Amino acid sequence: MKARARKNAGIARGRRLFAGAEAKFVPQARLSGPMPWVIAIMVAMTAIALAAGLALGNTVTSATAEISGGVTVQVVEPREDVRQQEAARALDALKGESAIASMRLVPQEELDALVSPWLGGGVDVTAGIGVPVPALIDVRLKQAATPERIAAIRRALAPAAPSARVDAQAEWLKPVFDAIVSLQWLALVLVALLAMALSAAVLLAARSALGANRDTIEIVHLLGGTDAQIARVFQRSLGVDAAGGGLVGLLLAGIVIVVLGRRFAGLSAGLVSSGALVWSDWLLLVLVPLLATALAMITARLTVMHALRKML
Amino acid sequence: MTGKAESEIVHFDNVGLRYDHDREVLSDLSFTLFGGTFYFLTGASGAGKTSLLRLLYLAQRPSRGVVRMFGKDAITMPRSGLPALRRRIGVVFQDFRLVPHLSAFDNVALPLRVAGFSERDIAGPVGDILEWVGLADRKTAFPAALSGGEQQRIAIARAVIARPDMLVADEPTGNVDPDMGLKLIRLFELLNRQGTTIVVATHDMQLLRKVPSALIMRLDKGRLSDPTGALRYPPRTPA
Ligand SMILES: Nc1ncnc2c1ncn2[C@@H]1O[C@H](COP(=O)(O)OP(=O)(O)O)[C@@H](O)[C@H]1O
Ligand SMILES: [Mg+2]
Repeated sequence: MKARARKNAGIARGRRLFAGAEAKFVPQARLSGPMPWVIAIMVAMTAIALAAGLALGNTVTSATAEISGGVTVQVVEPREDVRQQEAARALDALKGESAIASMRLVPQEELDALVSPWLGGGVDVTAGIGVPVPALIDVRLKQAATPERIAAIRRALAPAAPSARVDAQAEWLKPVFDAIVSLQWLALVLVALLAMALSAAVLLAARSALGANRDTIEIVHLLGGTDAQIARVFQRSLGVDAAGGGLVGLLLAGIVIVVLGRRFAGLSAGLVSSGALVWSDWLLLVLVPLLATALAMITARLTVMHALRKML
Repeated sequence: MTGKAESEIVHFDNVGLRYDHDREVLSDLSFTLFGGTFYFLTGASGAGKTSLLRLLYLAQRPSRGVVRMFGKDAITMPRSGLPALRRRIGVVFQDFRLVPHLSAFDNVALPLRVAGFSERDIAGPVGDILEWVGLADRKTAFPAALSGGEQQRIAIARAVIARPDMLVADEPTGNVDPDMGLKLIRLFELLNRQGTTIVVATHDMQLLRKVPSALIMRLDKGRLSDPTGALRYPPRTPA
């Protein structure tokens, strides 16, 4: 008992340094028991969902920028000699197009490398047995590959290479983009739901801290404490707890995001450029615990003020 | 008595109080309390002593009538003006109302901290008053570890620490032995001589005799009464 009293006095002294004499009105107006952990977990989940949404957004943006101007011309003539002539004529025909930034005929070795996983390494695709591989021209437009620009390229190619097929690269990646965009929406909805749950948790925590200290509030009130004085004490101690929980949550989320980020960076290399978070994304993530803390403080203040206004 | 004794501290005019809708707990209270005077408020249990004190320490507004405190209309005063008035009033609650998670020292220091005193200016006076109520060696104890009498003395120490203009005490000797009771009454008298207005509610008739100079108000079923005319009744009750 005595030891506890001494320890309490020590804690009280420490707190006083930090918060001034007022903190001594209600030294236990802290979030009780599991609440800081609940806030930590909610902040972690909110931040992870937000990070996922941001990363997906980055993926879409960078991939779109990369392939939106991309057009693939396939010369699907089965006879190899005709195919090569058509491909050469197609290149000539496209040289006159002002919309094109660059183009190149994909060399046979690259095509072989692309196709061999599908046909098996043993098949000699160049020998002309079995599967004829179309000639590929990789065209990069100065602007996005709109249907009109694609049509213009088709018109330019028609006389020179009748067997040429022209596709926007974005076109055949569209289902992938659509899926990513839906995932992004899902992440945003999750963020909204988690933020709501987080607010509810903070609200309940503030209420319960208040309920546990209702008598103390009334006593300080009757001893001449002003509403603002009393509210400040609660605001501060709940803010400290929410900030503590929020910090732990953010650290947790940071670890998860970095580890998962590494995994995905390894996975998606090649197809599209990375959805890695940039500094402004991290700034948004840091906002999550800050907002949770601000919310805790505002809730504490409003709840205390409301309770006090019912007293004379 | 000093000049301060002549100044009006509290004025009630036709005050009534009802908690619920069926009956008035206090009715037609009209009286004036003067600075530097010692008042006893007596009456049977349930007569309304605690209710009247609650009006005095501004825990409650009356249902009707006029209440003036320190020359200000306490009824029409906005809420924001009340804390300043409350800081001029020391209260000993009937049920002590110590803050359970604060030590005896911190409980006594509370009014000074509320008033914004620095820690340096708090330790001395709190130590002195704890010495005075005989609890200097219990200052780190929490209320739960204190006996009823000890809690009551801490409650009294807290009520007087900030040198209030008026001290309102609800049955302050109810839980202490007669010796300590007398000692506490002597403390109240000492404060009274220094100019503090004292209002002590008690149903202990022995106590009334301990302060011969005190004025006595008697509540009977919520009304001030003096059926025998033998009481030293507050002077100048408005007609
Ligand atoms: N908060 C309350 N709500 C309703 N009735 C109350 C309340 N407080 C006291 N009363 C009633 O008011 C009357 C006076 O009580 P009280 O002022 O405590 O008297 P005393 O202090 O003289 O014993 C009693 O009948 C009591 O039941
Ligand atoms: Mg009573």
